[in-house]
Amino acid sequence: MNDPLILYASLITLFLPVAGFALVTFSLGRIKKVFIGEISLMAVSLLSSVYILIDKLFLHPGVTSVFEFSWISFATGTGNQPINVKLGISVDSVTAILMFAVMLISFLVHLFSVEYMHGDKRFNRYFGYLGLFTFSMLGIVLTHNLLMMYIFWELVGLSSYLLIGFWFEKDSAADAAKKAFLVNRIGDIGMFLGILILFITYGTFTFSEIFAGIGSGKLPFDSEGWLTAAGILVFLGAVGKSAQFPLHVWLPDAMEGPTPVSALIHAATMVAAGVYLVIRIFVMLTADAMVFIAVIGALTAFISATIALTQNDIKKVLAYSTISQLGYMVMSLGVGAYAFAFFHLITHAFFKAGLFLGSGSVIHAMHHEQDIRNMGGLRKKMPVTYFSFLAYTLAICGIPLTSGFLSKDGILAGTYSFGLLTGHWLIPILGFSVVLLTAFYMFRLLFKTFHGKPADLHKYEHAHESPFLMAMPLVVLAVLSVFFWYGLNPASPDSAWFVSKWIDVPAKVVPESSNFSFMNTTATGGESLYNAEYTEAQHHAHFPTMIMSLLFDIVAIGLALLFYIYFKLNSRKLAAALPAVYNFSLRKWYFDEFYNGVIVKGTLLFSSGLYAFDKYIIDGIVNFSAYLTKLISRVSSAFDIIFVDGLVNFTAYINGFAGKHLRRIQTGKVQTYLVLVLFALLTLIILFKP
Amino acid sequence: MSTYDLIFYLFAAITLLSGFVVVTSKNIIYSAFSLLFTFFGVTGIYALLGADFIAVVQLVVYVGGILILLIFGVMLTNKVTNVDLKTGGVNVLPAAIGTGLFAGALTAIMSKNYWRAGNITYEETTIYTLGSKLLLEYSLIFELLAILLLVALVGAAVIARRGRES
Amino acid sequence: MESMSVGLTHFLVLSSLLFSLGIYGILTRKNAVLVLMGVELVLNSANINFIAFSRFGNFGYDGQLMALFVIVLAAAEAAIALAIVLNIYKSFHNVNVDEIDKLKE
Repeated sequence: MNDPLILYASLITLFLPVAGFALVTFSLGRIKKVFIGEISLMAVSLLSSVYILIDKLFLHPGVTSVFEFSWISFATGTGNQPINVKLGISVDSVTAILMFAVMLISFLVHLFSVEYMHGDKRFNRYFGYLGLFTFSMLGIVLTHNLLMMYIFWELVGLSSYLLIGFWFEKDSAADAAKKAFLVNRIGDIGMFLGILILFITYGTFTFSEIFAGIGSGKLPFDSEGWLTAAGILVFLGAVGKSAQFPLHVWLPDAMEGPTPVSALIHAATMVAAGVYLVIRIFVMLTADAMVFIAVIGALTAFISATIALTQNDIKKVLAYSTISQLGYMVMSLGVGAYAFAFFHLITHAFFKAGLFLGSGSVIHAMHHEQDIRNMGGLRKKMPVTYFSFLAYTLAICGIPLTSGFLSKDGILAGTYSFGLLTGHWLIPILGFSVVLLTAFYMFRLLFKTFHGKPADLHKYEHAHESPFLMAMPLVVLAVLSVFFWYGLNPASPDSAWFVSKWIDVPAKVVPESSNFSFMNTTATGGESLYNAEYTEAQHHAHFPTMIMSLLFDIVAIGLALLFYIYFKLNSRKLAAALPAVYNFSLRKWYFDEFYNGVIVKGTLLFSSGLYAFDKYIIDGIVNFSAYLTKLISRVSSAFDIIFVDGLVNFTAYINGFAGKHLRRIQTGKVQTYLVLVLFALLTLIILFKP
Repeated sequence: MSTYDLIFYLFAAITLLSGFVVVTSKNIIYSAFSLLFTFFGVTGIYALLGADFIAVVQLVVYVGGILILLIFGVMLTNKVTNVDLKTGGVNVLPAAIGTGLFAGALTAIMSKNYWRAGNITYEETTIYTLGSKLLLEYSLIFELLAILLLVALVGAAVIARRGRES
Repeated sequence: MESMSVGLTHFLVLSSLLFSLGIYGILTRKNAVLVLMGVELVLNSANINFIAFSRFGNFGYDGQLMALFVIVLAAAEAAIALAIVLNIYKSFHNVNVDEIDKLKE
């Protein structure tokens, strides 16, 4: 029984932001403060999403509402099956929670931007773009089929492009927008191929129907290998969108956009879309696909964490931190910790958005200074920013009493138990090392920005706390980073509501032979993913994980204190001592250089080769045919001149010649005429002889 | 060959020869005087044909009148300061050819034809008969000729009048 | 020739030749007066013809009368013609027939 109220509320939530975008766009700059209209629409949309949340979590938990309609319907399609493409929305608890998170963060970013973007010459348009983005993101969250998800996927990419390149007068911003779009496109190719394979096999785009198809035993091209391939291909879309290795290169460049945009899109929501996609297709991933995903996630987390150690731009540090945490989420899905992945997605959304907004507050106060080497001692000048920033940092490090502790520990436990069950120990090793690295670089950031002596006195003098509209979102998000919104017991991830009550982990639909032994499949009648073996392993992993993560945190924070508060250790000397390591980290593992040299230059070479082909061969052929035509026309014209004109001229000449000579009869002399008369007479006599 | 024939051939020769000189001589005075001889020859022919009155009339009118007139014409219309009055010919070749052919054709017709020829003898003189015929049967023509002469006389005088034109 | 004795044919042949000569003179001569002489020859040949036929045919005196009339007319015509020639001479100072060719235009 689908509650129509849910449908209406979903549609309201979905379409009001794009109505705001339309309002801004089509008012053509004539309404001075049209951004207020956009923000009000967002507020209504937020309230609507709150209603859905309450319904799905408390009123009707465990109920999935599906609304669909038939969009394209052919009687016969491939293989004489009728093609019936349905579009629609599906609302369950995951959808509801994520929708609320997106709306809340988007709304807070709207408020923050009123102050941050004050005085910008395209102020209203900015809000329109934010509305467009929110609409696209909600579309991804709400949809129940792959086709619609792909459409909104691209829309989100477009919004990201528009917002990253918002200050397009700066070359670097325009380039960054292009880079983001292109790198995403590469991932999208894989996603599209995966979607096609699934459509060809199952004749539908809808998730539930595909999963039913797989569960009934039908495999793409009748092979499990192809099922794995389909899963990995769709995952490639997530690799692009969520900035996983090797397509992570666009996210740091995307920091060219305004900071609130970075908070909304590149920390909390859009990059989470990839993770959401994997969550949705989780049940069709085979064991091989899972391992692949987990390894990618772990590698991503590790690589970006090492890069974040040496970065000096506040936003770049946060960008690499985002990549690292996204890697965590992907890794978590790869090892089967489904609920924790989603849990971390939500908690990370809140505290990462807070971190970015806090950095935005600092940047705004320091008059657009972003290098942390020029900051220091700001905690006295900006207490609200400082304390909320501290809250976020504690959350990201997974310190107890924060939301981050609950989600992160859950993930680490998942990797540990996975290691126990399968023997893939690389993943937990990488996961735990990242804990160390994360804590270190986050506290480094905190200490260098807010503690110590100010490096630039002039800017320090002018720094002041941000106005209400900027400070309020920081406080809200800081509050949301505390544990009690997510569970009563601050020390037990497993009893968090996310895991225990709100999220049902579905069983896999893949065939038994391509599944882990410790995971349930629908074929065996399992409803939940976890069978007894898995739950057992999870219990075993719980305690060691907590101890180890706390240990690593303490060590890392201690190191950070030594480096940056007490100056017992000197980071510069360390960097000088290990120049290769330092440079490798600072230069982002030379990924950009490698891509530029190999892929970009290769493509340009290929295109210039094609250009040469076109210019010399194709154009050569065209020119040659033109030349031939000219030649033929010259021959034909010569023929015309010589023969045809010659004939005409000859006729005229004959006429003239005859005329000239015959004219001589007209002498004007009578005697001549008489001679002619005589001849005529003679002729008559001879002809008519009597 | 009788005497008649000989005289005929003689007069014919005179006529034709003089005629030839008339039409081919470059000197105008020679042409004029050859014309005189031609007229003489024709007179002889007339006489041979028994037309005595006509012969004499021919002599008087042609030689005494027309020829003098022609000579006057020659004198008046040519600059006689240089004695040689030369004149060339026009269309000589085509005219010669044409005339030759024409003469040939005509002669052929005349000679090949079968004329109903009789032989009529005349009275000694024809003058009486001609006179009476003129005034009796052909009196109209006679009168008309008189008028014609008058008109010609007046007309010639008018045309040739000098001065006071234009 | 069908007979050696002079008959009608001879006279006719004579008149034909004379006629041809006259025609030749008309066609060939440059001087207007000489053309008139040619005309006189033609008329004379016609006269010979008339009289010959009057003698050898059954025409009585008609032929001779005809010849008389022709002579009269020839005289009148010669007078007029010369008057005209004199007039032309007055205008052109020249009586060459081929140079008075205003008809050419």
